[in-house]
Amino acid sequence: MEVGSMQRQWVQYIKSWLGEGTLDSQYLQLLQLQDESNPTFVSEVVTLFFEDTEELLNKLSLALSQPSVDFKKIDDHVHQLKGSSSSIGALRVKNACIAFRNVCEQQSAEGCLRCLQQVQQEFYCVKEKLSYLFALEKRILNAGGSIPMDLGS
Amino acid sequence: MESCYCIEPQWPADELLKKYQYISDFFIALAYFSIPLELIYFVKKSAVFPYRWVLVQFGAFIVLCGATHLINLWTFSMHSRTVAIVMTISKVLTAVVSCATALMLVHIIPDLLSVKTRELFLKNKAAELDREMGLIRTQEETGRHVRMLTHEIRSTLDRHTILKTTLIELGRTLALEECALWMPTRTGLELQLSYTLHQQNPVGFTVPINLPVISQVFSSNRAVKISPNCPVARLRPLAGSYVPGEVVAVRVPLLHLSNFQINDWPELSTKRFALMVLMLPSDSARQWRFHELELVEVVADQVAVALSHAAILEESMRARDLLMEQNVALDLARREAETAIRARNDFLAVMNHEMRTPMHAVIALSSLLQETELTPEQRLMVETILKSSNLLATLINDVLDLSRLEDGSLQLDIGTFNLHAVFKEVLNLIKPVALVKKLSLTLHLGHDLPAYAIGDEKRLMQAILNVVGNAVKFSKEGSISITAIVAKSETFREFRVQDFLPVPSDSHFYLCVQVKDAGSGISPQEIPKLFTKFAQTQTVATRNSSCSGLGLAICKRFVNLMEGQIWLESEGLGKGCTATFIVKLGIADQSNESKLPFTSKINENNINASFPGLKVLVMDENGVSRSVTKGLLVRLGCEVTTAGSVEEFLRVVSQEHRVVFMDICTPGVDGYELTIRIREKFAKSHERPLMVVLTGNSDKVTKESCLRVGMDGLILKPVSIDKMRSVLSELIERRVLFETS
Repeated sequence: MEVGSMQRQWVQYIKSWLGEGTLDSQYLQLLQLQDESNPTFVSEVVTLFFEDTEELLNKLSLALSQPSVDFKKIDDHVHQLKGSSSSIGALRVKNACIAFRNVCEQQSAEGCLRCLQQVQQEFYCVKEKLSYLFALEKRILNAGGSIPMDLGS
Repeated sequence: MESCYCIEPQWPADELLKKYQYISDFFIALAYFSIPLELIYFVKKSAVFPYRWVLVQFGAFIVLCGATHLINLWTFSMHSRTVAIVMTISKVLTAVVSCATALMLVHIIPDLLSVKTRELFLKNKAAELDREMGLIRTQEETGRHVRMLTHEIRSTLDRHTILKTTLIELGRTLALEECALWMPTRTGLELQLSYTLHQQNPVGFTVPINLPVISQVFSSNRAVKISPNCPVARLRPLAGSYVPGEVVAVRVPLLHLSNFQINDWPELSTKRFALMVLMLPSDSARQWRFHELELVEVVADQVAVALSHAAILEESMRARDLLMEQNVALDLARREAETAIRARNDFLAVMNHEMRTPMHAVIALSSLLQETELTPEQRLMVETILKSSNLLATLINDVLDLSRLEDGSLQLDIGTFNLHAVFKEVLNLIKPVALVKKLSLTLHLGHDLPAYAIGDEKRLMQAILNVVGNAVKFSKEGSISITAIVAKSETFREFRVQDFLPVPSDSHFYLCVQVKDAGSGISPQEIPKLFTKFAQTQTVATRNSSCSGLGLAICKRFVNLMEGQIWLESEGLGKGCTATFIVKLGIADQSNESKLPFTSKINENNINASFPGLKVLVMDENGVSRSVTKGLLVRLGCEVTTAGSVEEFLRVVSQEHRVVFMDICTPGVDGYELTIRIREKFAKSHERPLMVVLTGNSDKVTKESCLRVGMDGLILKPVSIDKMRSVLSELIERRVLFETS
C-alpha cells in the first residue's frame, strides 16, 4: 500500500472514531503535541495509558471479588481511570467511568460489576483501535511517509 | 344620885325582868366587846382599809358601850359608890365618843357610798372592755385570715385553683354555709354558676345579667347584702322550714392587661365582672359584721388581680408555644430552602461539566481547523462557527452561572472593542435566519457613534443578539430595523424612563439601541412579565416558540450591570414591538486597537509564543494526564520536570522552577496543604514559584479555597495548547490568573 492511501486511511479512521465518539478532541490535542522533536509522544502516552488501565482494571476486579467491598477504594481507582482516559481522549471509556462512579456512590456491588464489565469492554475496544492505528503509523513511517499533521484533506 | 332609904318592896315579877335584863346586858356586853375584836381581826387581814382611825373611834365607842352595859350588871343589886362612879364615868365617856362618832359618820358615809358607785361603774367598764377585746381579737384573726387567703390565692397561677381556693378559704374563715361564684358567659349577657363550695358539680344554670339585684351589686365596689330569695342566692334546694342565713354579694372585676393604666387606677374601665355570693349558715342568727364585709371586699380585689396574673401567664404561654411552632416551621422552611439551593448547586455543578465538554470539543476542533490550510470561504465559515460556538459557550456559562448573576458577583470583562463591528457581527449572524423567514433587516448606526468603545464586548453582543433574535423570532413577516445611536439628554426625555437620567461625561457615553419589528407584538399585560425568567407569555402567537424566557432576563441583568435600562413597548397584539436599551460604555482612544472580537483570549498571530527554557514542575498522580500536560508544556518550549506524588514533588521543587502545575482533583492529594507547605518552604515571595492548580471543578467554592490558600492561578481541565499558551503568558506577565469560564 502506498503512503498516500495509508495516510488517507489514517485520517479516515481518526475522523470516524471522532464521529462515533470513541475518541474526542483531546486526542487531537495530543496529536498536536507530536512533532519532529517528539515523534512518538502520542504512542508513548497511549501505551502508558494502556498499562495503567490494565493495572487499574485488575485492581478493580480484585476489590470487587472481596467479600466486603471497599467502595471508597473502588471509587479512587475509577477516578484515576477517568482522569487518564480523559487525558487521552478516550471518550467512551471516560463516560463508562462516570457511570461507574455514580453506581459506586449507591454502593451496589452488582451494579459495580456490571459497570466494570462495561469499562473493560470500552477499554479493549479503544485499545484495539489505537493499536491498529499505531501499527498503521509504523507502516507509514517505514514506507518513508509521515503522519499527517492535520485532518484537513 | 341620892340614895333613897325608902326601899320599895319589889314585885316578884320584877325579879324575872331583872333577870332578863341581867342576861341581855351580859350578852350585849359580850357582843360589844367581840365586835371590835372581829373588826380588828379582819382589818388586820385586809391590806387596804383607808379609814383606820374611824375604826378606832368606832371601836372605842363600842367598847365603852359594852363597858357601860357590863357595869350595868352590877347596878341590879346593891352596889357601892365606886361602882356608881365608874358607871357614871363610863357612861359619860360613852356619850362623848358616840356623839363624836355620830358627827364623824356624817362625813364618812357619803364617801363610802360613792366608793361603792365607782366600784360598780368600774365593773361595768371592765365588762365592756372585755367585750371589745373579744371583738378586736376576732378582727385580728380575720385580718390574719385575709393575709393567708391572699397568700393562698396568689401562690398559684392556675385560674381554677385560684377560684376554688378563694371559695374554700373564705368559707373556712367566715364559717359560711355556701359560697358561689358566677362568671359571665362569652356573650356577656348571662352569668353562669361556675364554682361552688360544697356542691362538687355545679349544675351550670345561668341567670341573665340584667337583674336589678346584680346591677346593684355591680355598680358598687362594696359588698352588698342581698335577699336570700333572689336567683343568685338560691343555690341550695329549699329544704322545708329553715331560715336562710344572710347573703352578701360582691363583684369581682375581671381584668385584662390593658386595664392596668396608671391614670385610671383604681377606677377600673372594665365592664366585665363576676359575682361572688356568700351565705351565712342558716338558723344561726348570725349577722354580717362590718369587718367581715371588708374582708370579703379585699378578697374580691385580690382575686381579681390573681386572675389577671393567671390570664397573663396563660397568654404568654400560648404566645411562646406559638412562637416555638413558628420557629420550628421556619427552621424547616430554611432547611428545605438550603436543601433546594444545594440541590440546585449540585445540579449546576454536574451540568457544568457535562455541557462544557462537548463545547470544548467544538471550540477546540474549530480552532484547530483554523490553523490548517483553508480556502477563504472555508476560513470564513470556520470563523463563523468559532464565533458562534464561543458565543454559545459564553451563553452556557452565563446560564449555568445564573446564581452568580443573582448574587451579583458577576463581573463584566471590560475591554476595548470595535463597536461598529459588533453590530455587523450581529447582522451577519441573524441574516441567514431572517432570510429564511423572508424578513428584511436594516441596521442604522448613528453618525456620531464611536468606532471603538470600552465595555464587555461579549455580553453587549449577547444582549443585542438576544433582542434582535427575539424580534426575528416573533415576526412572521415584515422588516426589522436596528438603530444604534449615542444617547443624549433629549433622547432620555423622549423615552418615558423612570428615574433614569444619566449624564454622559468625558469618559463615558450612553449607547442607545432600538430594535423595531412588525411582528406579533405583545399585549400590555404581558410586558411586565417579560423580564422575569422562566415566565412564558401565553399568547397564541407565541405558543409555538419554545424559548424558556431566560434570554430577556439575562439580557436585563447584563444591561443593568452596564448601568443601563432596557424596556419593551408594544401597541398590542399584532402591532409589532419596539425593544430599546441604553447602556453605558467607555470612550476609547482611537489608538491602534484593531482587535477583532472573540480573539481577545487567543492571539491571532499564530506564532508559538514559546517560553524557552521556562522551568516548570508538573505534579499529577495520574501518569497519563501527567504525560499529556508535560507534552503540552514541552511543545511550548518549557523545561518540564514531573512529580508523581506529593513527596516527590516536595523533594524536587526548588527555586529554579518558575511555575508549578498541581492537579488537585485526585482524592488524597490535599492541594491546599501543599500550597501552604510550598509557601513555607520559600519564605520570600519572589523566590517562590507561581502555583497553578489544574482541576475539573469550576465552582466558586474551589476557586475561593484556592484564593484563600494562596494559589496564584487555576486552570480548568481539559487544557488545549492555546489555552496553556495564553495562560502561561498571562501568568508570567501578571503573576496571577484565575480562569473563570
